Amino acid sequence: MTISGPTSPAEATVEAPDPVPPQRRRRARSVRAREDSRTGYLLITPTVVIVLAMVVLPIVWTVSLAFQQVRLLNLRTTGVVGDYSLDNFTNVLTSPGFLDALLTTLVYSVAGTACAIGLGLVAALALRRPFRGRGLVRACMLVPYVAPVVAATFVWTTMLNPQFGVVNHYGTTLLGWNDPIAFLSSAQPVSPFGLDLHVSTSLLTVVLFEGWRSFPFAFLFLTARMQAIPESLEEAATVDGATPTQRFRHIILPQLLPTIAVLTVLRFIWTFNNFDDIYLLTGGGSGTQVVAVRVFDYLINRGDIGAAAAQALVLAAILAVLVTIYLKSFGRREDVA
Amino acid sequence: MSTSTGWNRDAVERRLLGALRPLTIAFLLLICLFPFYYMLLLSFRPLDAVLQDPGALWPSGGEIDLGTYGDVLRSTDDGGQGFLTFIRNSFVVAVGTVALTLLVSIPGAYAVSRLEFFGRRQIGAVFLGVYFFPAILLAIPLFVFFTRIQQRGTLVGLLVVYVAQVAAVSIYMLRNYFDTIPASVEEAAEIDGCTRLQAMRHISLPLAMPAIASNALFIFMIAWNEFLFALLFLVERRDNWTVSLGLSQLAGSIEVPTTVLMAGSVILTVPIIVLFFLSERWLAGGLTAGAEKG
Repeated sequence: MTISGPTSPAEATVEAPDPVPPQRRRRARSVRAREDSRTGYLLITPTVVIVLAMVVLPIVWTVSLAFQQVRLLNLRTTGVVGDYSLDNFTNVLTSPGFLDALLTTLVYSVAGTACAIGLGLVAALALRRPFRGRGLVRACMLVPYVAPVVAATFVWTTMLNPQFGVVNHYGTTLLGWNDPIAFLSSAQPVSPFGLDLHVSTSLLTVVLFEGWRSFPFAFLFLTARMQAIPESLEEAATVDGATPTQRFRHIILPQLLPTIAVLTVLRFIWTFNNFDDIYLLTGGGSGTQVVAVRVFDYLINRGDIGAAAAQALVLAAILAVLVTIYLKSFGRREDVA
Repeated sequence: MSTSTGWNRDAVERRLLGALRPLTIAFLLLICLFPFYYMLLLSFRPLDAVLQDPGALWPSGGEIDLGTYGDVLRSTDDGGQGFLTFIRNSFVVAVGTVALTLLVSIPGAYAVSRLEFFGRRQIGAVFLGVYFFPAILLAIPLFVFFTRIQQRGTLVGLLVVYVAQVAAVSIYMLRNYFDTIPASVEEAAEIDGCTRLQAMRHISLPLAMPAIASNALFIFMIAWNEFLFALLFLVERRDNWTVSLGLSQLAGSIEVPTTVLMAGSVILTVPIIVLFFLSERWLAGGLTAGAEKG
């Protein structure tokens, strides 16, 4: 059965009792297969064309741009055949600003991913047992994820505003803060126990924002996985005297680990590439400049297209290497499927 | 005895977690909903009142002022911020993206799911790769390209880019659904004399409707919320700004009062939240029903 996609064992056995002579059947099938193949190409062509034109070719072009001295001003005179050199890469890789941005990107992605998955796990566990209105509560949990990023960042910027933000108002009146905290414009390093973690107050804020915005995604996946865990497993453990934390540690968590591994890859990739949140919250200031924001700065504000392309390529290459290492070391490939 | 200490620990844990659970749920609800409640609240309060009493959690009597909505919606000629135009732009782009994406991705998904052709699997992998690619990397050549063909600043240019970005995901999602519809249903139709394309149109497409609807909503939300490409393409053309772009651009200026922009935020957020809550229940039901019937 070649027509119905991935063959399953069930379909194979259906085929076994075959009243049609094998030869005729084969010819009929090959005509059929050729037709299918033609229809297949016909149907997929529009998508392939648009993806080629708007995604694949641009990627190739980025590579070409990265090796040329292209600026926004001389853009019209730049052709496909230009002076290729490694200057952009040497300039980019030797500038301290880029390495700093790369480190910030790493800290932001790792911490943001951890926050999102941690909070998602807590939410999934808290909403595990049914109660009245649980469906509505679950739907509410997804609101930060579906809300437009511009609206979410705008309302948080207002809430965290040092002059009239509601968070600082209650922080100073109720929680006894001495001064309002400039959550989004303070480059002051956060160093618990005197450790320098390359984290400013602003970076901590954008990490927490990332956790707030993305935990629903983890929550959704983990909830779905938890529903698939057979209840008999836990009941048996309860009968054997396992306490709630023991049941979590030895029964639920092992079942969730593959899901958590996939979530880690997905969230890490998206956070690593993230531009919107940081650009909108801090504009990349006070120790929050990630590579994506830096690329934008080079492209628009400095008009240095070559350097922007080189940095974006380095970003993509590092991401590819990190994801490959992760997939190799865990020996799992579920996320690809 | 180990059993008795075990029981004690069990009781302690149960009581502790029993108390923690409602607290956790309350905390999660607070962080999920309060920002949006606050958005709504500020959009109703006059700016002076907000500056005087930033801690107020509900509007005091007679304070409610819906003038902010008028201010933000009116066109700039009438002294407003022109959000009505932005809404129109966002709507045109989002609906156009949905229509065009479905037009290419439904046949594409069907082909990838049902038809054996050379490179079928590879196409799926390449498409999925698009989803994980840094958008900022694509932004550079597209920015350069559309600048050169002088289509930067048009809604059509933006729309084409959006379709390219979401078509791959759309195919991936729809393909999974087509896979669940048994091929035998179509084969029966073909025995009755339908061609393959007719079978697809009359049999599989109606069965896949719930998935297509949820896919359409998903694409609409992506296009409506999108920010980076709108910023790159449209920033110099105020009459073509989308709601997201308009809000982000005006948020930086000091002339527009925060409360007026909060009204803009509400306008940006409400369609998405309404769509989400409407579709959440209906789509979940529709999806499972379709799967059982299929």
